[in-house]
Amino acid sequence: MDNRFESVQSVRDGLKDVNYLADDGIAGVVFLADRLGKPILVEGPAGTGKTQLAKSVAELIGAKLIRLQCYEGLDESKALYEWNYKKQLLRIQADRNSDAWSDIHDDIFGSEFLLTRPLLEAITSKEPVVLLIDEVDRVEVETEALLLEILSEYQVSIPELGTITATQIPLVFLTSNNTRELSEALKRRCLFLHVDYPQMEREKEIVLTKVPGVTEMLADQIARIVRSIRQIDLKKAPSVSETIDWARTLVLLGLDSVNAEQAKETLHVLLKYQSDIAKAAKELSDD
Amino acid sequence: MLDLLSGFIIELRNAGLPVSLTENLDAMHAISHIPLEDREAFKYALGATLVKNNAHWRSFETVFEVYFSLRGPEYSITDGDGEGSIDDLLQQMQDAQMKGEGNGGAGGMDSLTPEELMNILMNALMNGDQALMRALARQAVQRFAGMEPGRPVGGTYYLYRTLRNLDLDGMLDKLMEASKKEVGGDLTKLEERLEKDEYNDRIEKFKQEVEAEIRRRLVADRGAEAMAKTLRKPLPEDVEFMHASRDEMQNLKKSLQPLTRKLAARLARKRRHGRKGPLDFRNTVRHSLAYGGVPAEPKFKYPRPAKPELIVIADISGSVAAFARFTLMLVYAISNQFSKVRAFVFIDGIDEVTEYFKKTEDISEAIHRINTEADVIWVDGHSDYGHAFEVFWDKYGKEINPKSTVLLLGDARNNYHASQAWVIKEIRQKARHVYWLNPEPRSYWNTGDSIVGEYGTHTDGVYECRNLRQLEAFVEKLA
Ligand SMILES: Nc1ncnc2c1ncn2[C@@H]1O[C@H](COP(=O)(O)OP(=O)(O)OP(=O)(O)O)[C@@H](O)[C@H]1O
Ligand SMILES: [Mg+2]
Repeated sequence: MDNRFESVQSVRDGLKDVNYLADDGIAGVVFLADRLGKPILVEGPAGTGKTQLAKSVAELIGAKLIRLQCYEGLDESKALYEWNYKKQLLRIQADRNSDAWSDIHDDIFGSEFLLTRPLLEAITSKEPVVLLIDEVDRVEVETEALLLEILSEYQVSIPELGTITATQIPLVFLTSNNTRELSEALKRRCLFLHVDYPQMEREKEIVLTKVPGVTEMLADQIARIVRSIRQIDLKKAPSVSETIDWARTLVLLGLDSVNAEQAKETLHVLLKYQSDIAKAAKELSDD
Repeated sequence: MLDLLSGFIIELRNAGLPVSLTENLDAMHAISHIPLEDREAFKYALGATLVKNNAHWRSFETVFEVYFSLRGPEYSITDGDGEGSIDDLLQQMQDAQMKGEGNGGAGGMDSLTPEELMNILMNALMNGDQALMRALARQAVQRFAGMEPGRPVGGTYYLYRTLRNLDLDGMLDKLMEASKKEVGGDLTKLEERLEKDEYNDRIEKFKQEVEAEIRRRLVADRGAEAMAKTLRKPLPEDVEFMHASRDEMQNLKKSLQPLTRKLAARLARKRRHGRKGPLDFRNTVRHSLAYGGVPAEPKFKYPRPAKPELIVIADISGSVAAFARFTLMLVYAISNQFSKVRAFVFIDGIDEVTEYFKKTEDISEAIHRINTEADVIWVDGHSDYGHAFEVFWDKYGKEINPKSTVLLLGDARNNYHASQAWVIKEIRQKARHVYWLNPEPRSYWNTGDSIVGEYGTHTDGVYECRNLRQLEAFVEKLA
């Protein structure tokens, strides 16, 4: 199979073209995932660009993004496939008198009666696909087993139909907020990528690309202040999406640089807990 | 190369990282796609295939530095199995210095006076000049560390010697002075903080360069395997509370949060799932009316799982303070698993600190208040369990009831005071459960002035909690 990427650097550059600022780690692992045909398990604090990474890679390679949003209680019929019972019933009704049961049986368990769900859709798709299994830590450990076959063999076994194998190996991203330990079996099958809060320089770049109208000076200050705030012992440190929201707010206020007073008054955009806001305000301002 | 990699993986396993066979093979495949001279990409390729838990990343990095820092010029990785000789290394360093200096003349940095060297360092830090900082780190180690081949001294000793000569704290002040001069006046508090953060960041990077340089030289002298062994550090979850260095404490603190979050999620799930009680016959029949008398929707009794009321009594003196702190943080992070949590701390006097936790949603702030405000000294500030327990019994004993679970935290080193173990016996008679958590290794129990056995006989169990792993296991069982 053809490689999607030339080099690590080309991943990095390509992502930048679609407004995603990657670092060496992110670009390197995406590159490897393609070469090794392995899924990536992306883990890290909330709002650090895990979901966006999958979206941006899809955009970069011109692939369709198929997303499976996980939640507690997700099961086979929502993740993989389901039989279209209504249609099956109608078919049985219509043929009540003519065919032998075995014919009907073969017929109603044909692909015509199959409802494909994201995972099956991803491996049967004719076009190039990026599969995003978002927030996989939300499903129960037992449900993880549903994913294992597809993640290692790129195939789905349907008892009534046989095994459906992927026509092409899609790039697969799984994201996790690390609310529980994922099973060893799942982790073994994946490349692991921890996406942390970005370094100051990269965060500044992110602000510059994502926030129209922001000045270089303001972006620089924002990135510095956020770095500073993340060093304080907080209940919840500001995420990249919160940095972006804050930058947008400051731009809306018509600022091209920010002083302590202005920062203090808008801290609630950056921080979610009252106690965090109070703490940060105390650290930043003169009084 | 393959030899090198397998040595590397063996060392990772020695350091406690769970590397499976599949992952080992994956790593081999992975690096075949990476150009060998790209050291960063090489590192991430190994990391992505071998490290599946972010808390293990630092251990991984250390081992990586040791195994892959010395290979060929500019740390690229070359084939071959011999260790680089110190001469090669010095040559390399000379080259790097020349490069780092840019316009520097012949002779390199060796001929600089210490003052000149410090000035160059200050400039490098001021401008954030990475290459120059690296060259200076090498020069500093060469000058100040006093490293001699074959000397059985650890890296921290050399680091200490080098840093002492550089006086980086003083450097920070000087940098801040210079910044002020530049703007011609005072900085606002915000500006000052941001400047300081920036310089601290650069100084930190410089320190890392110094450390890396020392490590490189040590590896050259002793070989990767021996070096890795001396550098081997426990994973955060295995660090002993009683012997953690400052750095390890920082890491411990960092790993506490994801750990408690996972623990809380696990417990919440357990509660949700383990909730179905026996069939509630009456309720089922009542609901069956809606279905024309067919019991279509079975109803279950929800045995309201009585959440225990937790009472924590913690020794917060010297060596066990960290243990008390982590236990309190962990307990409060999952406090919704209990109907009520009360906390008492003592040394030779005892004080209730429940209010500190009620007043704020910020656990670390409460802990800070314990350290600064709690009234725990009665006579001399040496642990006196007996006296603390006695006072506790007098003041609060009557509040213990059959819903209470009491946790006693400490090493039970009582400085040969009277044990007053009868208090524990009384408590147990009134409470649902009494447990003792001891941060000391079991083999030290009941040696010297430890009387944990005497107290222990009156409890439902004494548990060894030397590290986060053991503590978490206990707390999970408790909730
Ligand atoms: N490296 C980056 N380059 C560009 N934009 C980024 C980057 N990182 C984060 N963002 C932006 O930050 C926001 C949050 O990202 P995203 O939703 O992907 O976070 P997440 O890690 O999936 O968070 P959660 O864990 O809450 O799902 C998005 O608007 C995204 O565009
Ligand atoms: Mg997301």
